[in-house]
Amino acid sequence: MPQATTAQQLTTAPNIEAPDDFYEALIEAHQGLSTDQSHAFNPRLLLVLANHIGSLPVLREAFAAAARK
Amino acid sequence: MIDYQSLRFDYKRHPDQDAAAPVRRPVAVIGAGPVGLALAIDLAQRGIPVVLLDNDNALSTGSRAICFAKRTLEIFDRLGCGERMVGKGVSWNVGRVFFRNEEIYSFDLLPETGHARPAFVNLQQYYVEGFLAERAAGLPLIDLRWKNKVAGTVQHADHVALTVETPDGPYQLDAVYVAACDGSRSSMRALLGLESKGRQFKDRFLIADVKMKLDRPAERWFWFDPEFHRNQSVLLHMQPDNVWRIDFQLGWDADPEEEKKPEKIIPRVKALLGEDAQFDLEWASVYTFSCLRMDRFRHGRVFFAGDSAHGVSPFGARGANSGVQDAENLAWKLAAVLQRQAPDALLDSYGHEREYAADENILHSTRATDFITPKSEVSRLFRDAVLELAKRHAFARTLVNSGRLSVPATLHTSALNTPDADAFEGCMVPGAVAADAPLVRADGTAGWLLQEAGSGAFTAVVFGSGEVADRAARAAAAAGAAAGVPIETVRIPTDEAHALAARRYDARAGTLYLLRPDQHVCGRWRRADAGLVRAALDRALCNA
Repeated sequence: MPQATTAQQLTTAPNIEAPDDFYEALIEAHQGLSTDQSHAFNPRLLLVLANHIGSLPVLREAFAAAARK
Repeated sequence: MIDYQSLRFDYKRHPDQDAAAPVRRPVAVIGAGPVGLALAIDLAQRGIPVVLLDNDNALSTGSRAICFAKRTLEIFDRLGCGERMVGKGVSWNVGRVFFRNEEIYSFDLLPETGHARPAFVNLQQYYVEGFLAERAAGLPLIDLRWKNKVAGTVQHADHVALTVETPDGPYQLDAVYVAACDGSRSSMRALLGLESKGRQFKDRFLIADVKMKLDRPAERWFWFDPEFHRNQSVLLHMQPDNVWRIDFQLGWDADPEEEKKPEKIIPRVKALLGEDAQFDLEWASVYTFSCLRMDRFRHGRVFFAGDSAHGVSPFGARGANSGVQDAENLAWKLAAVLQRQAPDALLDSYGHEREYAADENILHSTRATDFITPKSEVSRLFRDAVLELAKRHAFARTLVNSGRLSVPATLHTSALNTPDADAFEGCMVPGAVAADAPLVRADGTAGWLLQEAGSGAFTAVVFGSGEVADRAARAAAAAGAAAGVPIETVRIPTDEAHALAARRYDARAGTLYLLRPDQHVCGRWRRADAGLVRAALDRALCNA
């Protein structure tokens, strides 16, 4: 059961069901898109996911996690 | 019909100009724009004589501020000219947002009924100033001096000395308090060596007011990146007299002098309306804007209000509207201090409250500007992603920002608020502007809560009937009498006819709301007694 909608803390522990299937689906979603189209797709995807998460503190943690290399 | 734009007001030599020593007046208001006029009227209605100085002898040139918000109209009601504004103005509640050539969604700013005034009326600034000036002319306590330009100022312990230039030469005028309502290029601010600081936006906009018969509803239409004006935004808005405001984003590189020429403007308008469109160009202006404010709105005996104190982008209609709210905030406080109901410290709260409100307006305005004018490629990608998603997803519509339209600030942090001791639901928290609701007056006629509670005094809104409500009403009267400050009372039965009011205020029989003279809530109780109301009154006047 994904925790995303209720957790008030960012989950960075492994949480994706079937990671390989997910990764394949992610790359698949970009198939046939030009680089510009992919660059337009990504923010749409991010916004959809952000809405699913909802919690601003969690999203801020996600920004910080993504910023750390 | 009066052509308010061509109206000129006569300079008249005033006896103060021939006085042997400077004459001292309680309040000088500088600038007879919407803010200065509203302030002068409010003060005069409170019994304070006002000298209103204006460096010109005409009203607004061009339509300029055109959107007057519900709260401003409610204030104009109290100032005796709300009905004229609403009667002449174009009322609107619906906005539509387009991306490229597709409508992505529409919104209703006032989805609920039960308010005397609409979310907005569109009305050219020269009408607003004209109606206010006519109202001011009917108030003997207002001494409006056209072609009186303040050219020098010195602050003293108990007054401000002003040097005023006129066509007959300069004269000296002293004022106990001065309100600088003299606009974004405030000369009073410059004379005191003060600044309004912030952020300038690297973008240019063209305003074109065109006169034409156009069969469209009174709605706000906003385009992001339309086919007829690629990569920029366009706003279309109806004004009275068949005048339409069109606002074209031009980008930073546009040449303002070139863009002002009719031969440049007309093709842009035709691109929007069609090649065959018949219209007359009424007024055009190319502008840039900044979000900025002064560090403090009070400097000794001088108060800054409106654009002199703060500036915002036009998206959101937060300029003139917030200025009128500044005026309302300042008027009752100056009157209370001059009438010795409150100490000078009350005037500090003008700065605190309106600086807080300005920050809120600047925040909204800056965010809208960042959405309309993305500052980087990635910012633009996100902006377009939001617009694309908004076609199908309600969540994305909440992110579209073509201007968060002016609503009054809730003064959460004000020291004049008495914090709740009782439990309440809803948004009528201490610091909020009282919400309107329909009511039945004592004589059986239909009325409105804010108009009944619009005497300009502190007002106790008492809900319910019977002993519990009578006790609350007596508590308010006793508190006012003990403090020597009149408290008006508005009684609202908790019956079917007043269900909306009770819901908006989360009220039960015996609930009492104490409203300040500017209709902000400053305290509320389930079971009030005279001591509680008196303490809240003292707090709201800085007498505690």
